[in-house]
Amino acid sequence: MTAFDLLAHLKTLCAVPGLSGYEGPARVVIEAAWAPLVSAVRTDPLGSLWARRAGHGPAPRPTLLLAAHMDAIGLMVTRQEGDFLRVTNLGGIDARVLPGQLVTVHGRQDLPAVVGQPPAHLLPLAGREQVTPLPELVVDTGLPAERLRALVQVGDLVSFTQPPIELPNGLLAAHSLDNRASVAAVTVCLRELQTRAHAWDVLAVATVQEEIGPRGAGQAAFAAAPALAVAVDVTFGRDANTRDAAHKSFALGGGPTLGLGPNIHPGLHAAFKAAAARAEIPFEVEAMWEHSGTDAVAMQVAREGIPTMTIGLPLRNMHTPVEIVALADITRAGRLLAEFAAGLEPDFMSRLSVD
Amino acid sequence: MPTRPLTRRSKPAQALPPALDLELLRALSNATAVSGDEGAVRRLVLEAVRPLVAEVKVDPLGNVLAVLPAAKRDAQRVLLAAHMDEVGLMVVDYDSDGALRFEIVGGVSDRMLLGKPVLVGPKRLPGVIGATPVHLLNAERKATVVKAAAMRIDIGAANAEAARRLAPLGERATFATEFAVLDGALRGKALDDRLGCALLIALLRAGPYPVELHAAFTVQEEVGLRGARVAGYAVAPDAAFALDCTPALDLPDSRGRENTQYNTRLSAGPAIYVSDGRTIADRRLVTHLTRTATASGLPYQIRQPGGGATDAAALQRAGAGVPVVSVSVPGRYLHGPAALVRTADVENTLRLLHAALTGWTPKVLKP
Amino acid sequence: MKALLKTLCEAYGPSGSEGPVRELVRAEIRKLADYVTVDPLGNLIAVVKKQGKSGKKVMLAAHLDEIGLVVTHVDAQGFARVQASGGVSPLTCVGSRVRFANGRVGVVGLDARRDDMGKIPALSEMFVDVGAADRASNPLQVGDVAGFTRPLEDLGQRLIAKSLDDRVGVAILIETLRALKRTPHEVAFVFSVQEEIGTRGAGVAAFGLDSELGLAVDVTRTGDTPNGLKMEVALGGGPAIKVRDSGMLADPRIKDLLLLRAREAKLPTQLEVLEGGTTDAAAMQLARGGLPVGCVSIPTRYIHTPSEMVDYGDVQQCVTLLLEFLQKPIEL
Repeated sequence: MTAFDLLAHLKTLCAVPGLSGYEGPARVVIEAAWAPLVSAVRTDPLGSLWARRAGHGPAPRPTLLLAAHMDAIGLMVTRQEGDFLRVTNLGGIDARVLPGQLVTVHGRQDLPAVVGQPPAHLLPLAGREQVTPLPELVVDTGLPAERLRALVQVGDLVSFTQPPIELPNGLLAAHSLDNRASVAAVTVCLRELQTRAHAWDVLAVATVQEEIGPRGAGQAAFAAAPALAVAVDVTFGRDANTRDAAHKSFALGGGPTLGLGPNIHPGLHAAFKAAAARAEIPFEVEAMWEHSGTDAVAMQVAREGIPTMTIGLPLRNMHTPVEIVALADITRAGRLLAEFAAGLEPDFMSRLSVD
Repeated sequence: MPTRPLTRRSKPAQALPPALDLELLRALSNATAVSGDEGAVRRLVLEAVRPLVAEVKVDPLGNVLAVLPAAKRDAQRVLLAAHMDEVGLMVVDYDSDGALRFEIVGGVSDRMLLGKPVLVGPKRLPGVIGATPVHLLNAERKATVVKAAAMRIDIGAANAEAARRLAPLGERATFATEFAVLDGALRGKALDDRLGCALLIALLRAGPYPVELHAAFTVQEEVGLRGARVAGYAVAPDAAFALDCTPALDLPDSRGRENTQYNTRLSAGPAIYVSDGRTIADRRLVTHLTRTATASGLPYQIRQPGGGATDAAALQRAGAGVPVVSVSVPGRYLHGPAALVRTADVENTLRLLHAALTGWTPKVLKP
Repeated sequence: MKALLKTLCEAYGPSGSEGPVRELVRAEIRKLADYVTVDPLGNLIAVVKKQGKSGKKVMLAAHLDEIGLVVTHVDAQGFARVQASGGVSPLTCVGSRVRFANGRVGVVGLDARRDDMGKIPALSEMFVDVGAADRASNPLQVGDVAGFTRPLEDLGQRLIAKSLDDRVGVAILIETLRALKRTPHEVAFVFSVQEEIGTRGAGVAAFGLDSELGLAVDVTRTGDTPNGLKMEVALGGGPAIKVRDSGMLADPRIKDLLLLRAREAKLPTQLEVLEGGTTDAAAMQLARGGLPVGCVSIPTRYIHTPSEMVDYGDVQQCVTLLLEFLQKPIEL
């Protein structure tokens, strides 16, 4: 097996747009990476990518579903105003970081553009001192109105195209690391399983529309009917900006987080802790007192209910084009998933209890 | 979709009048079971329900699902749901001086927390949510509601490591109120919805009925009706009732005007919902309940349409849809340390549900 | 279609009380489908069975219910306090006439003395007056539901009525069903309930039907009134093909296919991005293992007032578009 260049894989994943509802380009890249590692791939009705590795256990084999959402936040054109485009958000956009951002308008062709901040005297009087809300910003391709009209229409997508930045200490800053970093963790897991026996089927699903839902993971869980489901997503990374939320943020490089709360099956949490101990993977417990804010919210209540777990990758500056992740945490998360999957005995479910 | 088992006829038992077990209710109210951590109440429910039903199981989320076969052939399938979880707190961090930082699970107002005793973890360690002495406050601070983020639970630990050992991350905490029987009233924490659980157990005890009765003791109602959602899918009933508690806001308006937004009133009987924030009840079920009440000489009230929700919202949308209705005991000061209900309302709710089940025929759901 | 629209719009049918309008629709379509059924929540479903081997199972939805007011309290003088059922704006209420299930008509009045006379009054500061002398002689009970009541006005090209949201969609589905001669697909026409209070009916209907794709037909807002919304949809611009709204993203393949069929039939269309509002399609999309959905919208001014306005040409073109879509193959 060739050595795995995680950095190159991550950069490939982040180089393509894949906005919620329009994940196609990301799906193509993820399928190319996962197909050699599994026995079957398919796309479901809403566009989620399924990649299944068969286990060696006797049929009928239970399924472990690993979900990592492939959609990323972005913008959508609502109308043209002269030389400029007005946009709305797709997912949780932070208006504070928009002015001056490098973006691409996906019209009849891809058009590099900038998010423009109008001068104060052109803005409504009330709130001039505050963050300019999205409806008051513009996207500027530099083209004149007639050319723009021929190339762009209502509903066209606008994605962030900040190039990735390698930082010291194995850190990477890029847009869409939420959640391509988790997709990469699943890739690491699938690669590790190439050389480890596992009794269960492992179904990796790159889900759609998590950023506006979740709308996709629950439907995949309904159709796949797994015995267990794990959501891999990013969580808040600790830095000066999250100092006031110490219990909600986690150090980069300290390993993945294991969720704990109503959205997580306590027996699964314990099993993951044991797997982390076996594989000597550092981790932190992440208290999630109501719901996890991940695909697990939808997967847990599919059909008659599914025991769910969440694995978190600490990420700074979430939902900005300069999200930062530690590559080591991605590798550790992938190895933890593989260790857990490989350690699943055929009769695990009979011993799993909520008490 | 799950297939339905054959309806079995259960042995015709002596018709017991429905009766509330106050000691069971006391144990249920005192038990600690915050959303996602319902084990203590689940154990009490399993112990009480096992001798009463043909089958009982615990599903992947922790719901207790029990089946009381019908007393006749070809009976319809009716689901009754009561939730086991209560609102509470989760330990999320530690101060260097040993104080516990917490987050609220479910809807508890900050106003209810300050200066209250709590119990932490499965061992029920006593603790208190402390407050700055009022002598040290200026006028502005005296009038400001303290936010939960600024509050701490003091369990008397010396430092952060000791606190972490005593109360590991993720442990839940609840109010420490002990259940009490007052004159014609009951006071305790978590009456929402341990009352519903107690009523459901009493109904199982007073069966069988002309319906295949499925009892769902649900989890995680307070954080999004999550247990009911999967229970509804698994059971696929012909009709469903949610048994809950609803606020009685029947206090005086300080301006002397008539209080027209009371939601329900104490002593006015069981509260039947025609609609709330997330569910419009099936009219046929509402009619069945009101007719049954009138025929049985029982009082009832219609809960004011408005906000709020019960497990019925999740049950209604299970599968291809389920006709639902909610019936609640009115209670003051719910989602706080000490709720208050009147015993007559509790007993009348039990009688109404018993009569509605006993008097069930296929005509109830005729289109 | 105007006579049908008049009957439908003027009918009573707030969320949860859709019976009267459901019966009107059932009478219209009884003989047009292979079978007609009502599901546990009250959705009316009419199915045209597949006539070719290669057809798809398609679900179309338009909602029967309208917004309204529900009684929360009847005071000693016989005035009823109310809550909104669905998105009722207090601005539209004062002086409006409402009608209850038993036909009783009332007026919405306003507390003359309010806490803040400078603010737009809240619904809690209003009441319904059915002309009763006191509580005892008021026939209303807590829980009774009223819809607004207003006759339809035909301006020729434009129509004004209450509940064009979504009786116009209902009428479009009925006319599509009536005109559908040959289709390779199995088409379920769903007249759904309880959309206005949370798209509750369509979701369970979708679960039961287990279709391969779905389309909702509903209204959308416009940007063509004075100091209007910054929105590219206008009356008379043809049916709007939805890209997204606040509840869902249309499947791009369905959106593109609708655009293609419109072009082939030389129909005008508009692309719709709606901020603030959603349709049955949002609930349908989440059924079972997921349902690819789209939505065709009728541009409508003054939505959720008792005087909504549509362009009759848009309505007729929507029927034509649906027929094009259903009569030709669907490949996603």
